[in-house]
Amino acid sequence: MSLFHGLLEHHCRMESPIHRLSAGLKLIVGLGVVIAALVSPLPRAWPILAALAALLLLVAVLGRLPWDFLARRLLFLEPFVLGVAALSLLRPNGAADFAALVAKSSLCLLAMIVMAATTPFADILATLGRVGLPSLLVTVLTLMYRYLFVLLDETERMSLAKSSRTFSSGRVWTWQSSAAIAGGLFMRSSLRAQRVYDAMCARGWR
Amino acid sequence: MHIPDGFLDAKTVLVTAGLSAVGLGTALRQARLHMPRRSVPMMGLAAAFVFVAQMLNFPVAAGTSGHLVGAALVAVLLGPAAAVIVISAVLIVQCLLFADGGLSALGANIFNMALVGSVAGYAIYAVMHKVFPSPRGRLAAVAFSSWCATVLAAVCCAGELAWSGTVPWAAVLPAMTGVHMLIGLGEAVITAMVIAALDRIGFAELPTGLAARPGGFLVYGLLLALGLALFVAPFASPWPDGLEKVAFMLGFAHKAASHSTAVAWAGGLSTAAAFVCSWGLAGWLVPAQRAEGKR
Repeated sequence: MSLFHGLLEHHCRMESPIHRLSAGLKLIVGLGVVIAALVSPLPRAWPILAALAALLLLVAVLGRLPWDFLARRLLFLEPFVLGVAALSLLRPNGAADFAALVAKSSLCLLAMIVMAATTPFADILATLGRVGLPSLLVTVLTLMYRYLFVLLDETERMSLAKSSRTFSSGRVWTWQSSAAIAGGLFMRSSLRAQRVYDAMCARGWR
Repeated sequence: MHIPDGFLDAKTVLVTAGLSAVGLGTALRQARLHMPRRSVPMMGLAAAFVFVAQMLNFPVAAGTSGHLVGAALVAVLLGPAAAVIVISAVLIVQCLLFADGGLSALGANIFNMALVGSVAGYAIYAVMHKVFPSPRGRLAAVAFSSWCATVLAAVCCAGELAWSGTVPWAAVLPAMTGVHMLIGLGEAVITAMVIAALDRIGFAELPTGLAARPGGFLVYGLLLALGLALFVAPFASPWPDGLEKVAFMLGFAHKAASHSTAVAWAGGLSTAAAFVCSWGLAGWLVPAQRAEGKR
């Protein structure tokens, strides 16, 4: 669970030429890479895909992203891609389709991973708000991102407390206590939401 | 069920993006007009909660574990409009921050999980709860609606993949639906257990600012009907014939007769089995939770 903590903030707060670029530019380039990879026609797609991969790797090098981080994120997400792509093997001439699908999807994954690791999420949200994402959605996203890590810590503490009190390991018991943790977490979240609302009002929120 | 980039073609990307933009826009408009300002931080915290709750593991067997998806849970607790916004926010963060679910597939993922999951889940829950108003009936309604939400989202997902021509419908429907009928059982039990836990500690008395308010169902209903008509109906309406057609196009028409019958039978049997299992589990779960409550 603590895997998620340092993961992003650590990389997106680093100092590099790529990190200094504006979030809007990186969003547009990321979107451009995804679209270019997806629309490139199948038989002649390989040079285009290779060029895009080279571009992404260049950005990763300039952004000083560690290789093992990129590889770990990519491998973590790859099973979903392979699982669905395997179904395309059932079609006639499916092997070529399969290879192209996996290559395109992995390239898009890499693009999103590199973009997320070089851009603070708050900047992405600010950019999206400027280009017309409804302000209510931006506020919900901002609050969600702000309290995500607080709730992760809280869950970790609750799980720790549970396992230090628990000596049996039956499945029914595990499920019930996990459900109790989820319920307790929801209760705490809604109580916290009320305190957050009061604090926002006290600071003159709208 | 998060569709990655590369599996949907241009028409599916555009259509699903349009449908989910209209659905999310409707939910946001409803929230702006009808919900008190107090509900805004509640939606942000609920989104963070769903994200974290999806990481809680529920051990199943042999080292595998299930986890919550949460669309029906949030819909039951906060109402359908808030659930659409909350689950969409979770999907947007998962896509932009963790590359979980593709950027081009974001519209499809929002349609399947946020719109179909929350709205259909809430509608089924509301109807069933009206028929069985007792606390046990409520838990059974929660369990059944979250199972339905999971399976319906998987069917839509399969329809989008097949409509894009990425994978054959005859292969993707049994694979996606079969797997998610099982995953849905876990979802049903976990959701009902969480609701039971919240009922025990008295969540209903909290002023969250979000009463479960039905409304906007005309728009949602039209969107879901349109989505189903586009993604699922072309394949599903002439059920065995559609399979035979796919089989013919795939070039194994000579095997089609036995194959399609077998697939149809397997689909029907697994549906029936899953229905029986979910009702049985709900029946087993509810007395267990009540006993727990009395203790």
